[in-house]
Amino acid sequence: MYNKKLNLVLLGLALVAPFVLYPVFLMKVLCFALFACAFNLLLGFAGLLSFGHAVFLGTGAYVTGYVMVTYGLTPELGILAGVVMSALIGLIYGKLAVKREGIYFAMVTLALAQLAFFVFLQTPLTGGEDGLQGIPRGKLFGLIDLTDNLTMYYFVLAIFIFGFLTIYRTIHSPFGQVMKAIRENEPRAISLGYKVNQYKLMAFVISATLAGLAGSTKALVFQLASLTDVHWFMSGEVVLMTLLGGMGTIWGPVLGAATIISMQNFLASGPLANYIHVLMGVVFVICVLAFRNGLVGELQKVIRKNSG
Amino acid sequence: MATFFDINLFGLFGQLLIGLINGSFYALLALGLAIIFGLLKIINFSQGALYMLGAFAAWIGLNYLGINYWWALILVPLAVGAFGILLERTLIRPIANEDHLYSLLLTFGIALILQGLFTHWFGSSGLSYEMPEELKGGTRLPFMYLPNYRAWIIVFSLVVCAGTWFMIEKTRLGAYLRAGTENAQLMQAFGINVPLLVTLTYGFGVGLAGLAGVLAAPIYTVSPDMGSNILIVVFAIVVIGGMGSIGGAILTGLAMGIIEGLTKYFYPEASNTVIFLVMVLVLLIKPAGLFGKEA
Repeated sequence: MYNKKLNLVLLGLALVAPFVLYPVFLMKVLCFALFACAFNLLLGFAGLLSFGHAVFLGTGAYVTGYVMVTYGLTPELGILAGVVMSALIGLIYGKLAVKREGIYFAMVTLALAQLAFFVFLQTPLTGGEDGLQGIPRGKLFGLIDLTDNLTMYYFVLAIFIFGFLTIYRTIHSPFGQVMKAIRENEPRAISLGYKVNQYKLMAFVISATLAGLAGSTKALVFQLASLTDVHWFMSGEVVLMTLLGGMGTIWGPVLGAATIISMQNFLASGPLANYIHVLMGVVFVICVLAFRNGLVGELQKVIRKNSG
Repeated sequence: MATFFDINLFGLFGQLLIGLINGSFYALLALGLAIIFGLLKIINFSQGALYMLGAFAAWIGLNYLGINYWWALILVPLAVGAFGILLERTLIRPIANEDHLYSLLLTFGIALILQGLFTHWFGSSGLSYEMPEELKGGTRLPFMYLPNYRAWIIVFSLVVCAGTWFMIEKTRLGAYLRAGTENAQLMQAFGINVPLLVTLTYGFGVGLAGLAGVLAAPIYTVSPDMGSNILIVVFAIVVIGGMGSIGGAILTGLAMGIIEGLTKYFYPEASNTVIFLVMVLVLLIKPAGLFGKEA
């Protein structure tokens, strides 16, 4: 009951937010929030640290951008193309990555992502260092013009809610329970007869698909797909968002993404602009050493203490 | 021009040389990672940043402090090693017994801080380090021109790698290290100061990165992102070789450098990606890595 009320309040806030805050900023937050939620599905609930998730964000962005620019598709088809491609690459990369565990899993995903980075850099389809610019937003279903930022915002919000609910359902499904069991005690899950690698792969593909959705949407919002989206730095950023917000919590990644994006926006114009990377490193170190539960985790602790 | 089956031998040997040099750096960095991993069981994500730090330290030494190349070759690894020891004692030690993913994230954070600071101080375009007088020039061989400095890198890093291998596999200190890799708790029960050994190992591992940085300074551009680019390749190399053996890390590093060099000659478009493709192949055929011990 309490949660339902909270969700309604949050939805209400999201609906009126573009009248108070700059819509492009909000859309950026939503895209990264979805990206971080998708990543969190893997790290927080399956216990797999992927250090190459940028590749799925980037694939979504590039493929959507490419088909929109070249074939002039409608946005929903453009997004579909980006998402399908991300899922496919997620399947291939996932199959390779789940062969190793723990730290090796992180290194394999990072190396695979770097492989993709060079492919995106070198292939003539992606515009090299410039990336794909001037991607049209188009008309949704051929009817609704998305050029207007406010219209676009509600479209992005709908996509975010769809992605968020998908993740929510996945976590609370029997599949999600097995995923958590694997995270807690993999040998036990194996001894109970679960094909652990298949579950891991499935989680990886779902996560990659939704990260691709975030990337496709982001490409439409900014009308740009660039190498930043596939760079290892982006992979690190999404780890930080999840860690800061609270990994393994539903709302953590959303709050983490909002915090980091706000921090970047705020700092970009101030005297500390040159120190953004340094500050992100510092936040990383602090989170790991002293703030493991993240913002949402700590908040939950406080609430539990007060109510009990 | 010497040609053989349409192969330009000058070009081929040139690329092989470059490959061997890159391989030397891969070997030094992979070696450092493997040593640290052996005892601490962590992957040091800041290894690349410390390599960058080594190169910058050499540059600062030469341009501001009057420390020449040869002194830098001794002092910089010590300084970087000391810095590493400081990091280990203050930041890494407190979380040593927790999930090693946390130490990966921690060292990633440290790498971001270092790279960010140097970008802010020196810009991202990079600096050049003047080659030491003694190693300028080169030798003309029948099939190629061999610059002295490049020959020096290969010889010197091979000596360092071989020396490290010898120390670990054949000396008493190395025996402690290997024993610590197998079972640190038991060794502590035998009265060996394991925490000290861990600290020294970490210091030595990152000292190797600092040394590689000094070696790299005269031939590569000294820039803040030099470390991150090479580190990801070294990660792939570590996955290919597996971290079970010190010799394996060195050999894989050198071999991957050579493969990269050959690719640059025969199919330059793939030279950036070939090592990652080898990694994919290894994952498909022998997931534990060529020298890997774990299942």
